[in-house]
Amino acid sequence: MNELSQALPAGLTAARLILYMAVMAAVTYLIRMIPFTAFRKQIRSRFLRSFLAYVPYAVLGAMTFPGIFYATSSIPSAIAGTIVGVVLAFCSRSLLTVALGASGAALLAQIILQYIV
Amino acid sequence: MKNQVYSFREGVRDGLPIGLGYLSVSFGFGIAVVAAGLSPLVAALISMTNETSAGQLAGLGVIVSCGPLIEMILTQLVINIRYSLMGISLTQRLDDSFTTPWRLLLSFSITDEIFAVASTKRERVGTHYFSGLCTLPYVGWTLGTVLGAVAGTLLPPIISGALGIMLYGMFLAIIIPPAKKQRGVLVAVLAAITLSCLFRYLPLFDFLSDGFALIISAVLGAALAAWLFPAEDDARDTETTAGEVTEHE
Repeated sequence: MNELSQALPAGLTAARLILYMAVMAAVTYLIRMIPFTAFRKQIRSRFLRSFLAYVPYAVLGAMTFPGIFYATSSIPSAIAGTIVGVVLAFCSRSLLTVALGASGAALLAQIILQYIV
Repeated sequence: MKNQVYSFREGVRDGLPIGLGYLSVSFGFGIAVVAAGLSPLVAALISMTNETSAGQLAGLGVIVSCGPLIEMILTQLVINIRYSLMGISLTQRLDDSFTTPWRLLLSFSITDEIFAVASTKRERVGTHYFSGLCTLPYVGWTLGTVLGAVAGTLLPPIISGALGIMLYGMFLAIIIPPAKKQRGVLVAVLAAITLSCLFRYLPLFDFLSDGFALIISAVLGAALAAWLFPAEDDARDTETTAGEVTEHE
């Protein structure tokens, strides 16, 4: 409680803060838990089954672009990371390899931009 | 179910890049919490009870502005409702080991990345694999938040900047290989990307929150692909019901 109430922003009490945190956690959990627990049957509809199978890829596509271009400290370094990531992924490298490769390329590009160019 | 196709160990291995990515993303959240005038303990508690980036950041905004509780509820609902959709999609890829207690427990760990990795495994996943998959991301998310809150300013920005692209690199590794082989996946991905870019860059769509833009892009992209290429997942499911276990990766 002491630790929580230490230097709180104006107008915020420790009790209020705890209430916010509890509500936030509860809502987030229920959103995840209810459909996951309640939904049991295998879906028969061919369209719906295909739809649900495609959802993860569509979600990731929409999350990645254009977000990836703003994921580093500058757009050029993000583009360098994206290119290396796409090439490595195209060669079917592992998740970790692609992630590290993209990150390394972005770092290298940023260093070049900052210290050399 | 006695034999699960994937082990806890395999889950942990697949969770490693997610955990590393989370470490860097949650670092930023830790910094934001302290910058807002709250303690590192608050930052850690929020991360440990939510494990969701966009939702936490928006929630922090409500806390700092002392907004009404209904605003907190609606914000979380809008941003995180995608987890409901992912949860339903994921139920179609689970084996019999997912009994109610396991679902109550593991549903907490449905994040974009965990969902993506778990639901794109070739065979149905069990509780061993899923628990393993969730472990390092949870540790990374919590640890990163604490580190960010305590020592956020110590890491050179050039390093933290480059770490920010890790999660996206992982996404590329998940979507590109199947998109090369299955036209349905390719269509779903390209359609979703197109919509997501339109929502982002056309001023017309400025009113859409990031959470809603993501849901609409994903739903329309997947629906288009399902309409054009409806049978893609049949082969995979037939194999699974026949109990045929094929080694892959």
